[in-house]
Amino acid sequence: MHPAPSVIVFSTLSGLGFGLLFWLGIDPTPPTGLTAFVFFAIAYALSVGGLISSTFHLGHPERAWRALTQWRSSWLSREGVSAILALIFLGLHAISLIFFEMNAAALGLIGAALSLFTVFTTSMIYAQLDTVPRWKTPLTPALYLSFSLAGGALLSGRVNMAILLLVIAAIFQFIWWQRGDAALSDSGTDLGTATGLGERGTVRSMAHPHTAPNYLVKEFIYVIGRKHAQKLRRIAFGLTFMLPIICLLLPFSHVLAILAVLSHVAGVATSRWLFFAEAEHVVGLYYGMR
Amino acid sequence: MTDLPAKTDRTLGLVIDLDTCVGCHACVISCKGWNTENYGAPLSDQRPYGTEPMGTFLNRVHSYEVQPEQGSAQTVHFPKSCLHCENAPCVTVCPTGASYKRVEDGIVLVNEDHCIGCGLCAWACPYGARELDQAEGVMKKCTLCVDRIYNENLPEEDQIPSCVRTCPAGARHFGDLSDPKSDVSQLVESRGGFDLMPEMGTLPVNKYLPPRLKDSWDDQSLLAPLLEPVAEEPQGFLGWLDKALDKLPGGTA
Repeated sequence: MHPAPSVIVFSTLSGLGFGLLFWLGIDPTPPTGLTAFVFFAIAYALSVGGLISSTFHLGHPERAWRALTQWRSSWLSREGVSAILALIFLGLHAISLIFFEMNAAALGLIGAALSLFTVFTTSMIYAQLDTVPRWKTPLTPALYLSFSLAGGALLSGRVNMAILLLVIAAIFQFIWWQRGDAALSDSGTDLGTATGLGERGTVRSMAHPHTAPNYLVKEFIYVIGRKHAQKLRRIAFGLTFMLPIICLLLPFSHVLAILAVLSHVAGVATSRWLFFAEAEHVVGLYYGMR
Repeated sequence: MTDLPAKTDRTLGLVIDLDTCVGCHACVISCKGWNTENYGAPLSDQRPYGTEPMGTFLNRVHSYEVQPEQGSAQTVHFPKSCLHCENAPCVTVCPTGASYKRVEDGIVLVNEDHCIGCGLCAWACPYGARELDQAEGVMKKCTLCVDRIYNENLPEEDQIPSCVRTCPAGARHFGDLSDPKSDVSQLVESRGGFDLMPEMGTLPVNKYLPPRLKDSWDDQSLLAPLLEPVAEEPQGFLGWLDKALDKLPGGTA
């Protein structure tokens, strides 16, 4: 799959943003006043910034509001609705904390639940697709939710919780990669089933429909992503989990905390790039590629 | 609503004969021509006269080689367009309701005025039947020539999809696959029509007819008995002539 920068930025930033919003929402003793303002400003910058970025890959961003209408059938639509509701509830929660130093716990809890649900809907956009076997697994929501919760704990300064969740997220990431590498061959879909000619013999693509690539080839077959995949996995693993955990285990300092956050964000972005670049869409089979 | 209809009144679709298709791409060109001038946004081209020319096509023809365990390989030309699936995953993922499946005939269409060009329906389609037009930013797909098949301004013989009308080999057939008596259903029945990627659960309406098996050099020809020599030894006048000529000097052949 083509790793569109706008989608990678979106899922990296808003995953972190909604993770932070979750922890702010469930906090029984939330920050108030200026501290609350700083935390919520960071959370909103990440989540809203990510959402805006995601509209950049649309052919017609001016019609994006229409995406809120089909929540009964479409995960993408549910994502939009859930994100807006989460931002409204937590926006009210933030206003009461910042300006009135009042903790409306119910607003926070509803907003926190909606924040997690938003991350879940994002993951389901990918996990629902039979066409991308690497994504079609309950491990994909587990991966997205654990990343978001770990990143949110890290950003909100919950050191012990962050370490625990980073370890859990690392485990999900490892299993997800392991399973993913065999997903296409395990799916049973190959050029034989794609053409229906598999029982007659070995099917080989002899000639593409056109001499030059087309939208399908550019969107679904991203071979270049696999060249350095193993190296990038190690880099992503180190940046997302190892370095932040080491920083958190050392005696606290603001420099280390910032380093942990920056390292984590860079690592998540790398992991998300691989999420797309390594994914094989079954349309590639028709082109004798994957 | 992007929910799929529980049942459609008719199930219009194509039956494509892989035995007959010669891979001429005429269906590709006629499809591009008709659909650029008619329903919805035109099918744009990028760098049509430059390097790496590309464009939007609703129908593309692949060519495959099938190598059996024994015997010679077979070339199969393979036209591919939207299969108008009964369980169309492209429809249910659409966030705007732009993609829908018609109750009256089962055709899957895109309302281009509501399409935001997110591309998720193309991701959900296992067949590569949907292409995001690079100039218009909306999703394009086969309409089964909905603007021809009901168009009474066209002569009756033209009220079929453009690809079917154009195919010089007669490899493409159009009709109602929910009617077991229709020509297309009979073809599927008699020739063993099959689905592409049945494991995806998409229930495609369009069916493909398998290429017939190739004959081999070792097979007995139907004409063989007729070609047998009538007599091993010449008889009658020819027999006398044969012997008479043998007796002349000069040896035999």
